[in-house]
Amino acid sequence: MSEHNAIHVEEHRDDEASKLGMWLFIFTELLLFGGLFLVYSIFRMQYHTAFHESSLELSVTIGAINTIVLLFSSMTVAMSLTAIQKNDQKRALIFIGITLFCAAVFLVNKYFEWGGKIHHGLYPGSELMALLDRGHHLYFSLYFFMTGLHALHIIIGMILLIVCLFKVKSKNLNNKDYVLLENGALYWHLVDLIWIFLFPLMYLLS
Amino acid sequence: MSNSTEKIEYVSYLDHKGKYKGLMAWIMATDHKKIGLLYMYSIMTFFFIGVILGLMMKVELLAPGETIMKAQTYNGVFTLHGILMIFMVVIPGLSATFGNFFLPILIGAKDVSFPKLNRFSWWIFIVGSIMAVASQLLKDGPPDSGWTFYAPYSTTTGTNVIMATAAAFVLGFSSILTGLNFIVTVHQMRAPGMRFFNMPLFPWSLYATAWIQLLATPVIGITLLMLIAERLFNIGFFDPNLGGDPLLFQHLFWIYSHPAVYVMMLPAMGVITEIIPTFCQRQIYGYKAVAISSLAIAGVGFLVWGHHMYTSGMSDEARWFFSLLTFIVAVPSAIKVFNWITTMYKGSIDVKPPFLYALTFIFLFIIGGTTGLLLGAVATNVQVHDTAFVVAHFHYIIFGGMGFAFFAAIHYWLPKMYGRMYNFKIANIALVINFIGFNLLYFPQFIIGIQGMPRRYFDYPAQFQPAQVLSSIGGFILVIGLILMVYNLVKGARSGEIAPENPWNGSTLEWTLPATPSLENFDEEPIIKENPYDYK
Repeated sequence: MSEHNAIHVEEHRDDEASKLGMWLFIFTELLLFGGLFLVYSIFRMQYHTAFHESSLELSVTIGAINTIVLLFSSMTVAMSLTAIQKNDQKRALIFIGITLFCAAVFLVNKYFEWGGKIHHGLYPGSELMALLDRGHHLYFSLYFFMTGLHALHIIIGMILLIVCLFKVKSKNLNNKDYVLLENGALYWHLVDLIWIFLFPLMYLLS
Repeated sequence: MSNSTEKIEYVSYLDHKGKYKGLMAWIMATDHKKIGLLYMYSIMTFFFIGVILGLMMKVELLAPGETIMKAQTYNGVFTLHGILMIFMVVIPGLSATFGNFFLPILIGAKDVSFPKLNRFSWWIFIVGSIMAVASQLLKDGPPDSGWTFYAPYSTTTGTNVIMATAAAFVLGFSSILTGLNFIVTVHQMRAPGMRFFNMPLFPWSLYATAWIQLLATPVIGITLLMLIAERLFNIGFFDPNLGGDPLLFQHLFWIYSHPAVYVMMLPAMGVITEIIPTFCQRQIYGYKAVAISSLAIAGVGFLVWGHHMYTSGMSDEARWFFSLLTFIVAVPSAIKVFNWITTMYKGSIDVKPPFLYALTFIFLFIIGGTTGLLLGAVATNVQVHDTAFVVAHFHYIIFGGMGFAFFAAIHYWLPKMYGRMYNFKIANIALVINFIGFNLLYFPQFIIGIQGMPRRYFDYPAQFQPAQVLSSIGGFILVIGLILMVYNLVKGARSGEIAPENPWNGSTLEWTLPATPSLENFDEEPIIKENPYDYK
């Protein structure tokens, strides 16, 4: 009977299924943001000059730094996965730690960027926003909505990676069972990918 | 059960003792069969709340002018009726109840791929449902935008729209997770020897449905989030005064909500495809055509949303294009109907309640489907848009189609779920009452719809009264039939005769199991047939 249970536990673990599930979940996330990209492109067509003028208000420098930080973090999370596959627990911990640090840097940058706007009275529902013309109004609404939703995804990704961090520490996540970290890394790449689209749409395109 | 020679002692899933006891044993259950039952109990509860609301509208419409409620109350009642019935009853309906219970069994699996995720999706389904009901009771008053939440009215009305949309968002999340679980289950959990093309057709339809749930629901998710943000921060995505576009909301809404119609209908078609071969003792006609048509409906169904918006202001090109696509999506549905009917040809038909419900389904679905073509044609659509004709059409599809398929499924699978049988005679009587009540309730609405009775109005000119009264009488008859049906089913499940393993002489895997399956369904590796419907 106990042997049967052991077989049973083996059967219920299916890493392929977990990864397939994560990929499907990533599809839904892409479609979630896809709806926003659609709305963005429609309004951009309609109010292209206003969108152009508004995008000049954003700091390309901060945006570029954040892009580099996120790309770098995607690399480190992939390196942590390789480390755990090679059973190098210490390196894996370091790389997950660096990834989390990058995520924090991204959020701090975002905080200052948003803070600057809010300091000038530019935030959804503010008096200044009500005075803007339609195109500018929509641009900044979309800016806050899209980057806000993305930041929320960064936080979700961080929580996932923190869970991985503790599991690596307690050796529940090891070179035989690392699908959780694999999925966490997949999710982190998704968060990165969405930013790769957001950055040119919001900051560069003019 | 006499031939249970397996090493593991057989225990019915209903008697299985787990870590938890009493109510907690249900709430914490990860067994797909128990989760299926949990969905069924909650969905039936919401269904009867929705029925009561529908009946209230029918009473209000007995006479012109104010009868039992104020116009604003009426707006709240039809909105809640819509939200309950769409998001909490028909969208999860068949896939979450019978899909959960029978998908793993039909493909020879012990459970779905992610049992805990499955439990989690039921939990958030309940959270979303509580939020939806709460939106009616909070102090700003019930939402009055209709279940469609059309902007800009929904962004400006003072009622609890935020709560209701947040509820729809949460319910959508539950739907996504169920879909995700089913796709992975079909890919990863099929028993050895079970390929895609010897899989029974109910799993096929669930697989197609799951893709729609997965790919369409995020779009409504983001749309509802935008609507909530618009209400909270005065953002103006959809408000023309702030530069937004109300048509954009309609587009985004229907990009989800039209495919959602197929989330309701595809599993219903799948159930009928299981029932008809069993009661005709005949191989399903055109197995591959039925399987592929499920995918075709799912695929083309994504491209037809514009037919809800012919009068909203679209270009002529867009209108005829959406009209063309709408006619194309009718083709795979018709293929299924032809195949069901051809399956009956030269079969040895056994007229039992599940089969009668399946026939009723086909009859009502044909009426609903052909009136759908009238609505898909631009010229007729602009005449009857937003009239009672549309109400009649979608009730024929959703209630006559999905609802009756749900009843067919309960009558078909109840002996496998509870190991007991209901009374056939009462089931047949209830079916006749339901059939008469249903047609009396909705058919007059086609006629007054063509004559110009708008939908969602609580008042009407006196000329419509005879039809409205007829329709209300039909409503009461239908409710009597439903109560009789549920009474018979509950009595059967609790104290009916003990059912044999295979009461209908079915050929799919569930009928090879004991009358109530064990916790892990297959204590021995199931033998997979090359043809799931090998009757002749």
